[in-house]
Amino acid sequence: MTDPRPAGAQRPLPKPTPETAHFWEGTRAGELRLQTCMGCEKTYFPPRFFCPKCGSRSVKMVKASGRATLYSYVIAQRPVPGFTPPYGICVVELEEGPRMMTNVVGCPQTPEALQLDMPLTVVFEPKDDTITLPLFQPAGEQVR
Amino acid sequence: MKRKSIAVVGAAETTDLGVIPNLSQIGLNADAALNAIADAGLKPSDIDGVATAGESPIALASYLGITPTWIDGTGVGGCSFLMHLRHAAAAINEGLCTTVLVAHGESGRSQIAPSAPPSYHPGSLEGQFEKPFGVGWAPTMFTIPLLRYMKTYGVTLEQVAQIPVIQRQWAALNPRAMEKAPLTVEDVLNSKMIAYPFTRHMCCLVTDGGGALVLTSAERARDFARPVWVLGTGESAESTMISQMQDFTSSAAFRVSGAKAFSEAGITQSDVDHLMIYDAFAHLPLYGLEDLGFCQPGEAAGFIGDGHTAPGGSLPVNTNGGGLSYMHSGMYGMYVLQESIRQMRGIAPAQVKGAKISVAHGVAGWFSGSSTIIFSNEAP
Ligand SMILES: [Zn+2]
Repeated sequence: MTDPRPAGAQRPLPKPTPETAHFWEGTRAGELRLQTCMGCEKTYFPPRFFCPKCGSRSVKMVKASGRATLYSYVIAQRPVPGFTPPYGICVVELEEGPRMMTNVVGCPQTPEALQLDMPLTVVFEPKDDTITLPLFQPAGEQVR
Repeated sequence: MKRKSIAVVGAAETTDLGVIPNLSQIGLNADAALNAIADAGLKPSDIDGVATAGESPIALASYLGITPTWIDGTGVGGCSFLMHLRHAAAAINEGLCTTVLVAHGESGRSQIAPSAPPSYHPGSLEGQFEKPFGVGWAPTMFTIPLLRYMKTYGVTLEQVAQIPVIQRQWAALNPRAMEKAPLTVEDVLNSKMIAYPFTRHMCCLVTDGGGALVLTSAERARDFARPVWVLGTGESAESTMISQMQDFTSSAAFRVSGAKAFSEAGITQSDVDHLMIYDAFAHLPLYGLEDLGFCQPGEAAGFIGDGHTAPGGSLPVNTNGGGLSYMHSGMYGMYVLQESIRQMRGIAPAQVKGAKISVAHGVAGWFSGSSTIIFSNEAP
C-alpha cells in the first residue's frame, strides 16, 4: 500500500460555490490559489470574499508556491467510500501560512514514511471535468 | 461573585444505561426528564423552560405535556447541555422562566429513532475542503491534532495510553460503568487500530442513555432537598473544520470557556476538588488540563503519569470512568454534568471525600465548541 488514491467514483467530490470557484479553476489549471487581504496583508484559506482577520472585502487572489510541510495526520483504518485503508488524512501547512486538509501521495501510508514537518509539494489530481484535487507528495519526488 | 446565581435542584440519568433496546431517542429523553423532575420533587407541569439537543426542544416539551415560556435548542454537539445550563442561568436570572429542564437522550448504540447525524453538502466548506480527503466521522477528525501535540511536547504514545488505563481504574469503582475490566498500557496500545495513533481503547464507547437536570434560581433552590449551586459558566467556539483549528496543541475554545467560568466563579484552579473533562478520545484530558490552567502547556501527560488524576490522586478527573469506560451515547456532555453533580451531592460511586467545588468541562465536535460549568455544594 503506497498510495491512498481512491478506487473509483465514490470519493466525495467538492461542489464549487461562487465564493470558491476561483480555487477549483486554479487546481484545474495547475495552480494552488489563496487570497490575500489588501488591507492587513493576511493570506488565508479556505476561500471567501473577505478577509477573516479584518473583515475587509478588498482581497486579491495569489498563487501559492505549492510548497508545504506536514503539520499533523491520522492513518484511517476503516473504509470510507472511495478510499482503501490504510490511508493518511493529512493537514499540511503551506509556505504562505494557511493550513489545508489533503492526502500525501507517493509514499507509504505509514508512521515511518509520514514524518511531521517533512517537506511536501502540491500535485494536482483530476477527478472529473470540473474537479481537480490538490494532493501533496514528498518534496523532490517526480511530479506525476 | 455573581449578582445572581442558579442551582441544580434535580438531576438524574436514564433508569438504564448502556444498551437500552426498549426506548427510542425521545423515550430516553423522557425517561431521564421524568427521573430528574421526580428527583427535584416536582411534576412536569412545574417546568416552564425546556432545553435539549438532538431532539427538538419543542417536540420534547410537547411529549412531556409542557407548555414552556422559554426553550433552547442549541445543538452544536456534545457540550450543548453545558451551554443549555449556561443559557438557562441567564434566562432564569432575567425572569424568562423559573424552572428549567435540560434533557438529553440518545440511542447511540441501538439506533432506535435517532436524529440523523449532520451531513455535509458537497458545497459546504467541509464538503469542499475536508470530505474529499477521506474523513469519516469523529474517529478521523477529533484525532488529527494529537501527533502535532506529541511532537511539540515530546509526549509518547505510551503516556497517552495511560489515560484510558487510569479512567478504567475509576470505572472499576462504578457499578454502572460499561467497561470495568482492568486495562494496561499494553492492552491499550495493542487493541485494534482505529485511526493511527488511536486504538480502540483510546476511543469512546458507543452506548444508549440519557440524563436530565432541573434548574432554578439559587434563592428558590434553598427550598429543595439537595441543591448544587452554579458558581460560574463559560462557553466558546472555534472552527467546525478541524483542519482550521488555530493551534493543534491547544484549544482556543477551551481556553476562553474555562477562563470565563473561573473568572465568574471567582476561584482559582487550586480551589477545585474534582474535575470532569469530556473524553470522547484519550487525548482530550491533556488539552483540558492545560487549557483550563491546571497544568502548564506540555505538562499534562506527566501530571497524569504521576497519578494526580487517578483514584487517590490530588485532582480526581473523570471519576465515573469517562466516555472511554463509563458510557458515551454520542453527545457525552450531559454525563460530565451528572457526575459533577453526584460528587457535589456526595453520592458518587467513587466519591471524592469532602469535595466542595467541581468543574465540568465539555467539548463539541472536534474542538469546535466548548463549555465549562463550575459547581459547588456550598451556596455562593
Ligand atoms: Zn485583512
